[in-house]
Amino acid sequence: MNADKVLDAKGLACPMPIVKTRKEMKDMDSGQVLEIQATDKGASADLTAWAKSGGHELLEQQVDGDVLKFWIKKG
Amino acid sequence: MSVKAMTAAQVARKVIDNEPLFILDVRNGDAFADWKIEGGNIQYLNIPYFDLLDGVEEVIDQLPKDRDILVVCAKEGSSIMVADMLADEGVETAYLSGGMKAWSEHLEPVKVGDLNDGGELYQFVRIGKGCLSYMAISGVEAAVIDATRMTDVFLNFAQEKGAQIKHVFDSHLHADHISGGRKIAQATGATYYLPPADAEEVVFEYTPLEGGFEAAVGSSKVEALYSPGHTIGSTSFIVDNQYLMTGDILFIDSIGRPDLAGLAEDWVGDLRESLYSRYQALANELSVLPAHFMIMDELNEDGSVAKKLGDLFKENHGLNIEDEQEFRDMVTKNLPPQPNAYEDIRKTNMGKITPENEMQREMEIGPNRCAVR
Repeated sequence: MNADKVLDAKGLACPMPIVKTRKEMKDMDSGQVLEIQATDKGASADLTAWAKSGGHELLEQQVDGDVLKFWIKKG
Repeated sequence: MSVKAMTAAQVARKVIDNEPLFILDVRNGDAFADWKIEGGNIQYLNIPYFDLLDGVEEVIDQLPKDRDILVVCAKEGSSIMVADMLADEGVETAYLSGGMKAWSEHLEPVKVGDLNDGGELYQFVRIGKGCLSYMAISGVEAAVIDATRMTDVFLNFAQEKGAQIKHVFDSHLHADHISGGRKIAQATGATYYLPPADAEEVVFEYTPLEGGFEAAVGSSKVEALYSPGHTIGSTSFIVDNQYLMTGDILFIDSIGRPDLAGLAEDWVGDLRESLYSRYQALANELSVLPAHFMIMDELNEDGSVAKKLGDLFKENHGLNIEDEQEFRDMVTKNLPPQPNAYEDIRKTNMGKITPENEMQREMEIGPNRCAVR
């Protein structure tokens, strides 16, 4: 899936994946897609809940070995 | 202002002593709804940490001034962040060291009674997950029943008591938590017993635990009583004719569910027979010691989970359903959701898969759900 930007949050523990995602999203335009790569297992439920509460859309998520990948469209 | 850590052991003490506590749980709403720190005198506020990144001013008005505040998250990182932010605003809180993972793993040893000739029986209360394990100690020998995967706790406890673990029993093949039984047996040279009817797919060596089997532990005696229904192999234990370990067949305020190995319809008859015939034939004076508790109300004042069998026959709803069809419906319909990752947990307990420690933690996250009420 195509992304306008990729955020590498691998190796970061909670809360950093969300803190960084949020920061990246602030600099993006509505409708743009951010790809997030994380290894913290909690990121899955938290990014889903965060995207929902922030009005963003989680387009897709994939597991690639130890890496969790998320594509979120800014709302 | 500094931020203090509170350990799972300290929180467990507060829960058992029914002390007031305010929990600010900063996990996401689903995680909080699924599973949280329970206690009779706890007040809660759940706001996910990601809703607090812009500041905690909004929360401060909702925090009490007259009770301790504990900030809780999954692993601790987010709770430290939020506790720091609150400290900057002049609000003193503590965070739960190790988060809900540490809470899930904490074991509180509680003495439940005496055995023959000065022996002692201990219950290990896994307060965050509701699992109960047992150690009977008599002289220099010990037996462990339904051990959890925090095996060091059992090994260290036996060592402190100057006892050698000789027998390790699992009442059944567990589906809600990973057994520490095999590991303890390996570490001590003890014999590891499993009911053979549950162990058909097990890939390691074990000693079959048949009904009627007796083991000596110092001056004490552990007897096995076949009592299927939660699983087809489920076996209870009677220790010194005083204590009845019921495994996942009978709890204080509920009874076992027959569906976690996929065969509710087949096993409901066994469950009924175990509860309504086999247990009926036992002495009312036996102290029932289950492998789980589901709600904090099941804890006694000292933190133990135990009640006389005779009292349970009077008070436990699941033992008082005369109509067999009604009983059947209760334990096969409207069952609660199945425990997190229960199929992988069963495979782990069979030795078919060996997940890393971190993975084992993740698999066990959440409440136990072994009962029907």
